[in-house]
Amino acid sequence: MAQTMSGARILMECLQREGVEVIFGYPGGVTLPLYDAMYEGAIRHILVRHEENACFMASGYARSTGKVGVACATSGPGATNLVTGLVDCMMDSIPVVALTGQVSSKLIGSDAFQEADTFGITRSATKHNYLVKDIKDLASVIHEAFYLASTGRPGPVLVDITKDVLQGQAHYQPVHAIHLPGYKLVTEGHAGQIRRAAQMMWEASRPYVYAGGGIIASGAHEELRELVETLDAPTVLTLMGLGALPGNHPNFISMPGMHGSYAANMGMYECDLLIALGVRFDDRVTGRLASFAPHAKVIHVDIDPAEIGKNRAADLPIVGDAKKVLTKLVRVLKETAPEMKPLREKERREWWNQIRAWQEEHPLKPVFSADEIKPQHLMVEIDRISNGRAIVSVDVGQHQMWAAQFIRFDRPRTWLSSSGLGSMGFGLPAAIGAQVAHPDALVIAIVGDGGFQMSIPELSTIANQGLPVKVIIMNNGYLGMVRQWQDLFYQNRLSAVQIEAFPNIEKLADAYGIRGRIVEKPSELRPALEDAIRHPGPVLVDVRVSPFENVYPMVPAGAAINEMVLAPPRPVEVPA
Amino acid sequence: MLMTISVLMENKPGALMRVTGLLSQRGYNIESLTVARTLDPSLSRMTICVDVEPRLRPLLIKQIHRLVNVLQAADLTEAPAVIREMVLVRIRTSLDNRTAILKEAEIFGARVVDSSVEGFALEASGDPEKLEEFIAVMETYGEIEVTRSGLVAVSLEPKRLKLAPPIPRAHPQSEPAHTR
Ligand SMILES: Cc1ncc(C[n+]2csc(CCOP(=O)(O)OP(=O)(O)O)c2C)c(N)n1
Ligand SMILES: [Mg+2]
Repeated sequence: MAQTMSGARILMECLQREGVEVIFGYPGGVTLPLYDAMYEGAIRHILVRHEENACFMASGYARSTGKVGVACATSGPGATNLVTGLVDCMMDSIPVVALTGQVSSKLIGSDAFQEADTFGITRSATKHNYLVKDIKDLASVIHEAFYLASTGRPGPVLVDITKDVLQGQAHYQPVHAIHLPGYKLVTEGHAGQIRRAAQMMWEASRPYVYAGGGIIASGAHEELRELVETLDAPTVLTLMGLGALPGNHPNFISMPGMHGSYAANMGMYECDLLIALGVRFDDRVTGRLASFAPHAKVIHVDIDPAEIGKNRAADLPIVGDAKKVLTKLVRVLKETAPEMKPLREKERREWWNQIRAWQEEHPLKPVFSADEIKPQHLMVEIDRISNGRAIVSVDVGQHQMWAAQFIRFDRPRTWLSSSGLGSMGFGLPAAIGAQVAHPDALVIAIVGDGGFQMSIPELSTIANQGLPVKVIIMNNGYLGMVRQWQDLFYQNRLSAVQIEAFPNIEKLADAYGIRGRIVEKPSELRPALEDAIRHPGPVLVDVRVSPFENVYPMVPAGAAINEMVLAPPRPVEVPA
Repeated sequence: MLMTISVLMENKPGALMRVTGLLSQRGYNIESLTVARTLDPSLSRMTICVDVEPRLRPLLIKQIHRLVNVLQAADLTEAPAVIREMVLVRIRTSLDNRTAILKEAEIFGARVVDSSVEGFALEASGDPEKLEEFIAVMETYGEIEVTRSGLVAVSLEPKRLKLAPPIPRAHPQSEPAHTR
């Protein structure tokens, strides 16, 4: 038998076997043995400035690659700092493995220094979690964690490891099999249901594809394209699904929902068959459920059986992996096309005409002004520069919605957004994670002046690692999205939303030794962005935009999806 | 409305917390809960009685089923099942009531598990509603103290248990990280 190894080394061995290239982490007392095992540098470690950001970086890494991201923190405060990031991964089904140190097993329960009930605290923040108190369990638990994180509906898995396990010695034996008797995956999709789905698709007069994060998670974007082209169906992509179909694809309408386009939402309302693919009928998409797609039959494809019928009953459910199901669906659709396609040709043409008419009636039109930079103008310029290629990460707020409306993505995994949790402070660290994974890619973080200030410490990480992230602050002087709600629903009584004492970005960037720039005039915007892209290193651009723009269209909370508030006629009156 | 759920899960630390956490997270009140290991000591069977809006029952079952440690979850509220409970009743009573109490106990099929000058300890098991009646009757004889076990249930529907097979991990590093 091989010689003994420390728990920390066994852990490193397992991580290497799982193909881990990078760990985003922060050390502490109980993880000292682990950091000692990392000393030789078998796996790259990125020292973050706050553990929450370690998890966001792991999330950005995972979102942009499809691989499992790894975050690491010490016991107590280190572990509790991870929680927001874990919930973010949970809500958006992102594969992340979090490793936390725990006090020695004999101290657990004694209120030891830096003891926290990490296992209990993260129960609902993870897909699954472990507490390892016996070194014999360590290797199989690590492999289970990676398997659980990356298969089925992906999600975060936390492994809490006591210090005595990390320090202890054991014979390491490679794990040949893991046992998860309760973890049953249904991936193939029921053949009969798939046939019936194809039949329903041909028989529909107003079919509508509503696709989301599940397409990206399963890598089914090519299959999605084939499906919508074969059917010639109009398609909307959720906030999680942007990039699943190229942004300039003729079948792509836009994002639906609270800030979806008029056409996307009217289409949802009027369709007679809703083809829901890897989506979860989130309330930000559906509006008032009772009047969501009221005329439609629903086909719902999802890997997670618990999603089927959760918010909207499915007339035809298919549990399975989107890539496998869509591959089979496309095959059946192509087989049956010669016979079935002519069936509803006339109705389909009218449906498209109707959708085009909606698009023309109320397009997602950017706003420009000669005197000030409009936020929409900023997004159009970023779109022009990206041209569908950049990896764009956003924070949460108005800028996030405008970015989703105006920036197009040609490929999946290039749009990173904390969509389900909507966690401010996500954009900048997620961009770091993506840039680490794609050192040569153009990675742009678009953040608000509020959310940016939640991530400032990580400017140090950017500088430290020499990561050429382009951080673009859409500076409207407000917690804009909250201000918008106060404006629209609270008689514009602006309470605690004005951002005062915003730091001077040029000085701030300078303090970190990176390039910074303030942009105030519309005429300066394009050159400033081009300059930022040309610059080989990290850049911080503070773009001052008009403070009182609201994001439209807007489906107010609780309203039906066709009850949108549209942009007021231009020019808008700007309060003094 | 009260819902009866039967859960078969791995007998592991934290497995119980995952199920109860799921319920408490939704603000549901657990009326009773029993759990013990099965013939196979690596598994435990849990019976939960919980107040849930009927339309949410199927979703709840799926969400419990989704837990990694859970092998089976079934809603037995309206399904063919035998549902039983045990109750221990301590009754303090005067001497003149003793014979009557023993008569009543016999009617309910309860057993005397302790007898003293102060009174009896009785054990009864059966249908929860019958036990309610038993308790109500006993209350008429004197001061009582009641401990109920909570429901235990067995489904009468033949359901084969399908376990996920072991997953080979021979060379995890040579596989694409995103396998499914
Ligand atoms: C951690 C966290 N706290 C609070 C909120 C609530 N919230 C949503 S949007 C928003 C305003 C964000 O302001 P800013 O970053 O300036 O972006 P803007 O809306 O102005 O584009 C707030 C406070 C949140 N989403 N996340
Ligand atoms: Mg702002």
